[in-house]
Order: sequence, then C-alpha cells, then structure tokens
Amino acid sequence: MERAFVAALAVGLLCSTMGTYVILRKLSFIGDGIAHASFAGIVIAYLRGANFYLGAGVVAVVTAVGIGFVHRRGRISLDTTIGVLFTGMFALGVYLMSQQRSYAVDLQSFLFGDILAVQPQDLWLILALSVAVAAAVIVLFRGLLYTTFDPVVAQASGIGSATYEYTLLVMLALTIVVALQAVGIVLVAALLVTPAAAAYQLTSRFAPMMALAAVFGALSTVGGLYLSYYVRASSGATIVLLATLLFFAAIAAKYVRRVTVRVS
Amino acid sequence: MPGEAVVARDLVVRYEDFTALVGATLTVHYGESLGIVGPNGSGKSTLLKTIAGLLLPSSGSLSVLGSPPRKLPPGTIAYVPQVEAVDWSFPATVWDVVAMGRFARLRFWQRFGARDRQVVHRALELVDIARLANRHIAHLSGGQQQRVFVARAIAQEPRLLLLDEPTTGVDAATEEALRRIVRELAAGGMPVLMATHDLDRVDEWFDRLLVLDRRVLALGTPREVVESGVYAAIREHTHTHGHLRHDHEPHTAHAAHPEIKA
Repeated sequence: MERAFVAALAVGLLCSTMGTYVILRKLSFIGDGIAHASFAGIVIAYLRGANFYLGAGVVAVVTAVGIGFVHRRGRISLDTTIGVLFTGMFALGVYLMSQQRSYAVDLQSFLFGDILAVQPQDLWLILALSVAVAAAVIVLFRGLLYTTFDPVVAQASGIGSATYEYTLLVMLALTIVVALQAVGIVLVAALLVTPAAAAYQLTSRFAPMMALAAVFGALSTVGGLYLSYYVRASSGATIVLLATLLFFAAIAAKYVRRVTVRVS
Repeated sequence: MPGEAVVARDLVVRYEDFTALVGATLTVHYGESLGIVGPNGSGKSTLLKTIAGLLLPSSGSLSVLGSPPRKLPPGTIAYVPQVEAVDWSFPATVWDVVAMGRFARLRFWQRFGARDRQVVHRALELVDIARLANRHIAHLSGGQQQRVFVARAIAQEPRLLLLDEPTTGVDAATEEALRRIVRELAAGGMPVLMATHDLDRVDEWFDRLLVLDRRVLALGTPREVVESGVYAAIREHTHTHGHLRHDHEPHTAHAAHPEIKA
C-alpha cells in the first residue's frame, strides 16, 4: 500500500509537470497516441516474459521519435499519422493478446491500470525515470520554454528547436510509460492534460503554472488512490475523476475571481 | 566602407515546388541599415530567413559574419519575423518574453543573473515599454506586441539584426521608435536588415536600399535607387500586389499580367 502511494505521488508530479508542455505545445493527441502504441510493446514483452517497462519503453520512445520526424517533415498531417499509427499499434497488441487463451483479465489491467500491483522493482524504475525526466526539465528549462513559446525565433537565435522537440518527445514517452501502471493506457492522456489545464486557468506565468500543475497532479493521484480504497472503485478511474473535478473547480475559481475583481 | 557582414552570391532558395530566390547577390556592411523592398512574394522574407539560418539555400554561397549562419555561436543573429504567430494566451508577461532574448546567451549551468536583468530592463526602456513589464502578453496592442519582440531581439545583444516588416499594423509612435532604434543600432556598428512594404521616407530609415523581385533588381543608396527608375516601378506595383517584369517596361508588364488593371 505504501509502495502504491509513493508510486502515485511520483506519477502525479511527473505527468502534470510534463503536462505543462503538453498543454502549451498542444501535444495531447500525441500523448494519447504514444500510450496506445506502447500497448503493442507491453504485449510483446508479456508474451516473451520480458520486463513490462522495457517493452512499453522501447515502443513508446520509437513512436515518439517517429511522430516527431513526421511532424518536422510535414508531408502527411500530424493527426492523420498519429491516428493511423496508434490504432494500428494498438490493434497489433490486441491481436497478439487475443491469440493467447486467457487474456481478458490482464487486458483489463493494462487498459485501466492497477497501481496497487506495483512491485518493489517497478517502484525503483518509476522513481529512477521520474528523477531522470525531472532533471531534464531543470537542465533544459530555458530552452524548452523558449522553443515552446516561439520555436522559429529561438531557432534563429541558435537554440535548436528540433533537438528540443525530440528530447521533449522522448521525455514524454518515458513519462507515459511510468504512468501506464498507475492509470493505464486509456486514462494516461487525462493525467497529462487535466492537472496542467487546471493550472493554466489560474496562472499567468510559466513557472507558477508548472508548479501548480504539479500540485494538482499529486493531489489527483494520491487523493484518487486514497478515495478509491474507500469507495471500492478502480484506482485509475478514481484518480482521473478527481483530476477532472479539480479542473472544473479551477474554472469555477477563475470565474469567481473575475467577477469579484469586476465588482471591487 | 567597413567590413562585410553579410555576403551572398547567386543565392537560390527553393520551397517544394517554388523558387523564391533565383540567384541573389548582395553585400551588407557592418554599421549599415539595409532596407529590403519589393512586391508581395518577391522573396523578402525568404532572404531574411535564409540569412537567419532558418532556410538552407539550394545553391549559391552565403556568409554571415564570416561563416554559414548555422555555424554561428548561439545568440549571434536576432530575427523578428513578419507576423508573430505565437500563442498570445501563453502564460508569460512582457518581461518573461523579453528575458527569452537572453536564453541563447546562457549555458545550461549559468544562472539568469543581475546583468541579464539589467540588459532586459534596458531593452524594455529602449522601446519604451518598461511600464508594461508585468503585463500579461494577451493584453497588448499590436504596436506593443511588436515592441516586445524588438525588445527581445535587443536583449539578445546580437551581432546582426533582421526585421521582417516590423511596421506593419503598428501605430505612428511605434514606427518612429523603431526607426530611431534601427538608426541607433546601425550607428553603433550593427548590420541591420529590414524588409518593408512602406516605401515612404526610406531615406530616413536606411543607408542603402535593396530592390528585390526574386532576384536583386537594384542595390544602392535610396537616392541612387530612386533615380534608377526601378523604384518607381516597384512603387506602382507594390500597391497593386503584382509581380514585376524584369525589363521594367510598364506597358509590357501590364500586358503580361492581365489581372493588373492599368
């Protein structure tokens, strides 16, 4: 149980921090795509008896870089590419899974996550990946910020927008892999988008937005896990529902603040 | 003339199925403000983007401060694009955006220090928006937005400044502030290249004028260019959004472009 809470905290902080970039660079569809594509990797790893994270990680990173490449080249529209790739990869995963006899139970946990099943070695991997991604955010902070806001002018000034974009996509892929066990493939996009979207309602500068997103993310995952125990519901779904609730609360708070400012 | 800052020879730049520059040759010196004029689609933006290293020429040679643009150290070139297609709801204040000008100057491990803050503040004062420093960028007028991006370019302390039609859609006060800045920077030794569609008072802005229509039609002092007659043709056609014929014969030009009513 303690393990699950530590994992939930790490996943909440990580997803919502990366979510700040996802919101501002409009990558939410990409996040969803990477999550679904990684399902094929999970199944292959499962069938071969290899590590879950290794399979998901390899496929997620390859998909992320592939999407970035197509995005840069711009011959085919980005959402078409993601739409084709992620449904194809997801179908491959389901296909491989369906050839096994008893797939129904495991499929459920991949799709919706089961954070209570986190093993000690899983936790170490989650923590290591979280630290790596967080370190990258700190070291690359200025470059990521500039290329997010204005990639063309950043590029002209000598800050390589392409390098930052690929780096960010790899970081996003690793984040998604870390989050898969907690909330599953279907709900991971919500954890990337919702806390950061809530923070976006209430802040007008980048660093505070990221900090507030992290708070919302941690509240959602830790609070959601806690609640799910009492209401006897799926942890992944409860986490996402709590995040959604926070989002609407943020919108309400923004509205109330605007009205009170106007009145005073 | 002092040293050569930008040297382009037979520069050809192609987009997928369109050649935007068909062999441009020009030289820009240190301390010189160069105005680039020409009709729509004449390659003004393409030329600036190529000098900024955003586009690669498909043939010809280009030397910017002695090397290819992409080989220059970070922070060397400041580029202010035509229409800033940024997300104006981005969580940033005026100060935050101008501070980005410093980012190319800082290594990963370097902190944004007192000197950086000082440079940002001076840049804000130079374009006269220091009082807007804490304002969110969503709440700016067109002229103020343009000033923010010029301030960011100045805060970068570049060695070459490229401006793409910065006077489009700005108020008279902003235009005058920009003119003063272009003049001051050039007087301080910086090469400044600026594309413009505004053909009035070019002599008050620029030391030399480049007339472009996918190739260089004329390059000289504003007076020389005006006297050459090319300028009159540009003037006429810029206002009708047409392309120029390269023989500068007005009647045949109109015959070749039936969409332009004489």
